[in-house]
Amino acid sequence: MSNLMFRTCPETGLKVHGPAEALIKANAVVAVVFLLIGGLFGLLVALTRWQAIHLLPADLFYLALTAHGADVLVFWIIFFEVALLYFASAILLNCRLATPRIAWAAFFLMLAGAVMANVAVLQGESSVMFTSYVPMKAAPHFYLGLILFAVGTLVAVAVFFGTLVIAKQEKTYSGSVPLVTFGAVTAAIIAVYTIASGAIILIPTFLWSVGLVGEIDTLTYRIVWWGFGHSSQQINVAAQVACWYAVAALTVGAKPISEKVSRFAFLLYICFLLLASAHHLLVDPGISSEWKVFNTSYALFLAVLGSMIHGMSVPGAIEVAQRKNGFAHGVFTWLRKAPWGNPAFAGMFLSVILFGFLGGITGVIMGTEQLNIIIHNTLYVPGHFHGTVVAGTTLAFMSITYLVVPLIFRRELIFKRLAQLQPYLFGLGAMGISVFMMAAGTLGVSRRHWDMAFSDAPFSFDYPPAAFMMMGLNGMSAIVASLGGVAFIVVIVGSILFGKKRDDAFAKENPVIFQGSGATVAHHGDAGSLKIPGTTILVAVFFLSFVLYYFVNWKYLSEVWPLS
Amino acid sequence: MAEPDQPEEQAPSTDTEDHAEKIPAMQSLLDNHFLLLFIGVAVPAVLYTIWGVMEVAHIPIAN
Ligand code: HEM
Ligand SMILES: [Cu+2]
Repeated sequence: MSNLMFRTCPETGLKVHGPAEALIKANAVVAVVFLLIGGLFGLLVALTRWQAIHLLPADLFYLALTAHGADVLVFWIIFFEVALLYFASAILLNCRLATPRIAWAAFFLMLAGAVMANVAVLQGESSVMFTSYVPMKAAPHFYLGLILFAVGTLVAVAVFFGTLVIAKQEKTYSGSVPLVTFGAVTAAIIAVYTIASGAIILIPTFLWSVGLVGEIDTLTYRIVWWGFGHSSQQINVAAQVACWYAVAALTVGAKPISEKVSRFAFLLYICFLLLASAHHLLVDPGISSEWKVFNTSYALFLAVLGSMIHGMSVPGAIEVAQRKNGFAHGVFTWLRKAPWGNPAFAGMFLSVILFGFLGGITGVIMGTEQLNIIIHNTLYVPGHFHGTVVAGTTLAFMSITYLVVPLIFRRELIFKRLAQLQPYLFGLGAMGISVFMMAAGTLGVSRRHWDMAFSDAPFSFDYPPAAFMMMGLNGMSAIVASLGGVAFIVVIVGSILFGKKRDDAFAKENPVIFQGSGATVAHHGDAGSLKIPGTTILVAVFFLSFVLYYFVNWKYLSEVWPLS
Repeated sequence: MAEPDQPEEQAPSTDTEDHAEKIPAMQSLLDNHFLLLFIGVAVPAVLYTIWGVMEVAHIPIAN
């Protein structure tokens, strides 16, 4: 194969396959565009739910909510994940990407599907929310768009697995694949089941929408659909954890404390993470408690164990690396002296913390059958998943983008001050929407509801005034998060278009990564130290909050159902 | 701040040597991505989807 297709990265020393690089760029750029569109819809939704503003009329609210869910949760995240898969296979394994032509076909299929679904939603006949529960019926091209997108993604995942095979055959790496690649393998495996579930349920639903199938059973739809809807969140978790390891390595030279343990945690994901899909069906009739409890409690706890291992391993790895970097004294010097001005590092670390405290703890609460009933279908649910998928995944993907622009697009960042501020701005906003929606949900406010004042409803109902205040605070946080989102897009798109070109000489003189860390991400090796007092304290604080919050919720449940 | 072990990071990894040794069972499982793919699809397909849909199928039809 011709060597003309490869360049050697002056900073990481990795061999970069040209066609792989082009595909990474295309998928990442399209992802960011969908983040922009979907984020704007999110702002409109939040401003409508802020009762004092109540921006959109009812029909547009549900349209915007559908577009928001699909554009950010499906299109932004999955396009970005495809870019990550190509990066973790071709680039980290020093290998050529299998069949770039087919990868481009996958890209255009995904793009066509995403555009088609958006058109369907904007035409107004498909405001069925991205869950599209039957018997609500959307326009046929809504389902068709999602199906094309799913097929395209499946092809992209196949290209990823093909690349692994080529790398093995051509011996471009030795031993096991690097940890970041292993995380991507985990994400890709989860993706196969996810996309298969999506296709299995959406194809008959599409046929039903054009009148070829008589009816779709609602309960079966919900079971299979959540095999897609929930599992796709688990692709995010695996991909985001891989990003954490990659960014920690590239910014401070962090090596995992124990590769073995980290890989085992990914194995827990592969075996158990998907079963937790059942938490969406905890109040559905007709399904046994055995099924519910097995799939949520038992399996979910094993999967959560995996996340807790990663959540401890990443800060631990950073601590060991920082101590080696000369910040060895005291308990938290390593953290105080971390590169907080580097948006890649700051975004990654905020993502770890916010994901754990906001998304993680609350996820376990909701996944507990008895507790779920207190908050089911309230705003607590979107509050929880804005903690996972916005403060966690989206922030993690943003953080690695700050490395992708100089290393893959080979452009200097423009507006460096704004870039430095961006993770904090977005993290703060995301934290706000998560916390305030959860607060409103705890007060009973339902999700996906246009008018919490029930002004023209036949029966009147009053939420406590605090609930209205929470929705106001949520609206303000939405504005902050949107500013953070816009700042991200201005910096990234601006840098790609107008940033100073980083040729090899310039890149060698102005490295953006920790010296020698190219080898750290692309090879294996433990940090070789277990001295992590700071991380131990952080983990203790986490557990304490977890246990306290868990019992607070049981207490709360006992008050909802007084026994006398 | 120059740490003695900095250059070591640059050195090629030493794991080529372990090839001669016996690879632990867990490692060979983790290195077998297609076996993992099978596990990752089969486990949820059986415990979540098939079990779940069977329960729905067993609900008696109202008449
Ligand atoms: C500017 C940032 C964002 C804001 C202000 C925002 C705000 C909101 C609000 C207020 C809701 C509606 C809750 C309801 O009434 O039920 C919502 C729903 C949702 N958001 Fe966001 N969000 C943002 C970013 C994101 C991102 C980045 C993701 C995914 C990666 C996301 C995923 C979702 C999903 C899946 C829903 C549920 C839609 C549905 O119920 O069908 N959001 N968001
Ligand atoms: Cu879920």
